[in-house]
Amino acid sequence: MNLMMLLEMAAQGFGERVAFVNGDESLTYQQLFDAARQAGMRLRSSDCEHVAMLDVSSLALPIGLFASAWAGKPFVPINYRLAGTEVDALLERIQPSFLVTDQARIPLLSATSVVEPMARREFVEMAREAGTDTATDWPMDPDEIAVLLFTSGTTGAPKAAVLRHRHLVSYMFSAVEFGSAAEDDVALVVVPPYHIAGVISVISSVYAGRTVVQQANFNARDWLDLARRERVTTAFLVPTMLAQIVRELEGQSSAKLPHLAAIAYGGGKMPGPVIERAMALFPDTQFTQAYGLTETSSTICVLLPKDHHAASASDEPAVRRRLTSVGRALPGVELQIRDEEGRVLAPGQRGEIYVRGEQVSGEYIGRGSMLDDQGWFPTRDAGELDEEGYLFLEGRADDVIVRGAENMSPGEIEDVLLRHPAVADAGVVGVPDEHWGEAVAAVIVLKPGAVASSEELQDWVRNHLRSSRVPQFITFVAELPYNETGKLLRRTIRLDLAEAIQS
Amino acid sequence: MSQYKPGARLRSAVCATEVVVIAAPARDIALRCGGAPLLSEGETAAEGVILDSAIAQGTQLGKRYTNEAGDLELLCVKPGEGSLAADSVALVVKGAKPLPSSD
Repeated sequence: MNLMMLLEMAAQGFGERVAFVNGDESLTYQQLFDAARQAGMRLRSSDCEHVAMLDVSSLALPIGLFASAWAGKPFVPINYRLAGTEVDALLERIQPSFLVTDQARIPLLSATSVVEPMARREFVEMAREAGTDTATDWPMDPDEIAVLLFTSGTTGAPKAAVLRHRHLVSYMFSAVEFGSAAEDDVALVVVPPYHIAGVISVISSVYAGRTVVQQANFNARDWLDLARRERVTTAFLVPTMLAQIVRELEGQSSAKLPHLAAIAYGGGKMPGPVIERAMALFPDTQFTQAYGLTETSSTICVLLPKDHHAASASDEPAVRRRLTSVGRALPGVELQIRDEEGRVLAPGQRGEIYVRGEQVSGEYIGRGSMLDDQGWFPTRDAGELDEEGYLFLEGRADDVIVRGAENMSPGEIEDVLLRHPAVADAGVVGVPDEHWGEAVAAVIVLKPGAVASSEELQDWVRNHLRSSRVPQFITFVAELPYNETGKLLRRTIRLDLAEAIQS
Repeated sequence: MSQYKPGARLRSAVCATEVVVIAAPARDIALRCGGAPLLSEGETAAEGVILDSAIAQGTQLGKRYTNEAGDLELLCVKPGEGSLAADSVALVVKGAKPLPSSD
């Protein structure tokens, strides 16, 4: 098994269809297949052991991913927003590597770890040269490594997550029907290549036969323009992007995007007010929420459009609440909630989320597999399942605040704070406390022109939740720290707060 | 009769069908397409084999074919006229579970 097998089928089934569009450049499925072969031969003859890509989305992304698969060398997309020293440290870990990047970066690279740097444009041109080779000789060992992804590292140094061909191919089999896209289906992809969703969107679009329009840098206004101009039918967004789009449309009654049949979102917690507003602004659009991890080849749970509708139309609190869940497990994926001793918990009880399935890798370079002997992967995410199998996320297991003997989730307190009319954004963390072990602290961003005192917000929380949830410390800031894919950096908040509280 | 490994690519001796083994049992099985044994890489068709018109409902690109026990799965990467069988029992298309795109 090899990802190339999926592209071969696409080229066979709909070779003339446009596969990827970036600005005024495009590739059909047959052209992508030919480019993967041409670049694959080049990568194979290189002394590199990895193929790194330090760049925004471009046609080089699908070519690089499939060419690496053809050459049998792991593809390693790297975050182009990292500082030079951080990039050097990652390249050091995958040497020797072939590196596709922006022309301007090449002179800045430390020479030791890269055997062959190549500018994006040169790489695409090399791949698009007509070749004479007709072999289809990619390796078929399902255990070969397809992709290495450095996890975003909101805590500690980035870990290199291993995704083998069998994980990614299994995910396609269970989540996507081959060739299921209509000829005029167009996906707008804006997640960066170094994010699991960016890698998976390439593969699942190829397998479904959709045309992908790439947006290299997200900006709400350009996104809306591009969606209209390219008659986009499906799109994936992280919550902060959808929030920005909703803000961009403020004062309008509709996004006026009748072609946009579906928006999928995931990669972080979606605030209730944002999704409710989005559903009103996009009345012709079906919303699907996806929850997944790098280590699970992306999506393991989906909240389907019908779940969105059933939840928002219901008067029953248990059903209505599902709008804030991440839905149910994909076919072939099993979920369990376990306590700290590893005992499986019943529905309604909070604990750590465990997942099992053929798409689950749970393996890191240098650390080996994190799966237990039954194949279960501890996600380090906290959550609970309801009676019907809907999963409710409570944030990272490490983020749970332990005050006295009581465990509490920051998300629950943030939700309440976000419903206060003066609050634009809220982050809640535990800070060291002599008496309780940990105390609840909140960092608040007020809406422009709005006013609220700490006491008022503490009363607000006291009126909605148990008194133990009331933040002992509240500070006001201009904005909260997020990483570039919209994950709240709680560790940064904790460190800043600990300093502020000490002084 | 052979044992097959996941990832193995097999082709029909009598039509254009090509399949990749996704899962296979750890025992000998006889895989056929259009009535003739499927060929592994490097094997050539026996002389004179032709498509059995009774076993020619065709294979479809992108479909996965499985046996009743569910321990065998073949992915069709090139379609053809013949039908697939294991130990003389026709394989069936594995039910798809279409979900809305989540990525």
